[in-house]
Amino acid sequence: MKSFDAPAAGGRTPARRRAEDVAGLGRVRALLFVAPALVVIALFLLFPAVWTIVLGLTDYRLTGVAAANTQFVAGENYTRALSDPSFWNSLKLTVVFVALSGVVGQSVVGFLLAWSTRHVAGWARTVLESVVLAAWVIPGSVVSFLWIALLDRRGGTLNMLLHMPGKAWLIEHPMTVIVIFNIWCGTAFSMQLFSSALSAVPPSQLESARMAGASGWQQLRDVVLPTIRGHVLTNTLMITLWTFNTFTPYLLTAGGPAGKTEILSVYIYQTAIPGGQLGRGAALSMIMLVINLAIALLYMRVGRKRS
Amino acid sequence: MSTDDTLPIVRDDARGDARQSASPVHAIRRQPTIVDHGRHVAARILFVLLLVAVGAFFALPLAWLFIAPFDATPTMAVTWPDWTLANFRRLADNRYALGSILNSILIALGTAAVTTVLGTLASYALSRVRIPGRDGLLYGMLLLSSIVTGTAAMVPTFQLMNAIRLVNTHTGVILVLAGGLLPTVIFILKDFMDSVPKSYEESARMCGARPHQVLGHVVMPVARPGIAFVSIWAVVQVWGNFLVPYLLLRDPASQPAAVLMYTFYTESGQADLRLISAFALIFALPVLLIYFFVNRKFGFRFHGGIKS
Repeated sequence: MKSFDAPAAGGRTPARRRAEDVAGLGRVRALLFVAPALVVIALFLLFPAVWTIVLGLTDYRLTGVAAANTQFVAGENYTRALSDPSFWNSLKLTVVFVALSGVVGQSVVGFLLAWSTRHVAGWARTVLESVVLAAWVIPGSVVSFLWIALLDRRGGTLNMLLHMPGKAWLIEHPMTVIVIFNIWCGTAFSMQLFSSALSAVPPSQLESARMAGASGWQQLRDVVLPTIRGHVLTNTLMITLWTFNTFTPYLLTAGGPAGKTEILSVYIYQTAIPGGQLGRGAALSMIMLVINLAIALLYMRVGRKRS
Repeated sequence: MSTDDTLPIVRDDARGDARQSASPVHAIRRQPTIVDHGRHVAARILFVLLLVAVGAFFALPLAWLFIAPFDATPTMAVTWPDWTLANFRRLADNRYALGSILNSILIALGTAAVTTVLGTLASYALSRVRIPGRDGLLYGMLLLSSIVTGTAAMVPTFQLMNAIRLVNTHTGVILVLAGGLLPTVIFILKDFMDSVPKSYEESARMCGARPHQVLGHVVMPVARPGIAFVSIWAVVQVWGNFLVPYLLLRDPASQPAAVLMYTFYTESGQADLRLISAFALIFALPVLLIYFFVNRKFGFRFHGGIKS
């Protein structure tokens, strides 16, 4: 596609190809250059995806009789999974988790931060942004412990501040905790994305809206949001995908207590690895892959339309 | 601030129009009164308080990370510390602590090396030679890398590594991580390669350089910022990754810091906070430093790709 823009192309195909392949690589050598990367991608991305389909149709287990003698069970893993209340519980928790912590929480907090700091300059903004960014950059196993310390029943900072000794947040409100935790971890992305989107809104439009007497809310609704609609969509889809696939809540609650925070990623892990039911786990992974595919295709479509 | 800027304009306008019309728009354009001014100040104060509250929400959990490591007797709560550096000496006494940091470095650098080398070769060829179906291939790879995430693919990955005997090896972890990062790396690098002027290569070829010499001596030096960018990006991606090594490395001696950190607070009965706090800071510091350094240099682009 790029070559159509080249002014020197002159329209003849052979000339154009030669103009592109200036290093004289040739197709064979080019394929050799690409091959190693393709092998790694095929082996560790493509194969797992395909193998998930195969594995999901068997009763493969890590140990026991089925481990030595794996049988083809067709759709049994799927029918079993779909009739298992723990799967539906997990799916429900996942929807709540993605909707509240990702789509609503991170987007809204991120946008409000970007919007309200757009005219704040200097150290105040730097400090605020650095703190939000740090929460996003620090490795998951560290931030999880920071939250465990914060919420600790006996000596945690939160109970100390609220004068509520003995309040067991992780046991009494586990789902609320991982939702807030995930907002805390991920808001930086939305904040950064919306900051750059907002800086692209033409100041002249805002100026004229203000001259016409539009309030802050009216400016936001009638000028800003229509301009950054594409960014809002991108942000929502990316965040949905990431939040749906995150494993970090496992580090905080390990799916507990009693499966109350067992979002799909954690549920698959518990079923397949400690539980040893790899076939069942693969069937669940397949469901996850299909949902991922739907989100990613939507994202690519949106992206292509924008460009 | 924004309201202050426009107030004079609004006032000038209002003087002319105020008496002519009673429409809602003009009603807004009246002369500001003391009440308005008071309301404005109140709104400002509320706004600042709100921002401070949000800042505090983000800062509160972080405070422990930067205070507890320097406290002689750290507790779970953030308190004024009894300053010391002894906690860091404690790391040396732990059999696994330093080893796990080395494992993290090995995995991060190994993955960065594999992705950068393979990514450079592939992106150069894809940028310069029109292989049939190239655009489809690029999009297909990107799509694949965004749907086959660590969580969705953990079951087949675990089984594959078991089958080819790469479980419990760093090589296995590096290859799995590299597979996930390569599509994005190729995509980013191809952009850089496309921007390398083709006349450089033409002249090099005129002088009789072989294709690999053209790549090594002409293209790579020009594309160096891009190559540096993706290798740092790969390091940051891998440094905090928990799931892949957790899944594939069962021997504590080979586990990276991300996994050991988790082991420290889940399996050691009474958690040793002096050790954990110092370890957490040492482990988090490299990415924090890289991040704030690189983010300033590359801006949002680095941020957007990170942790994908």
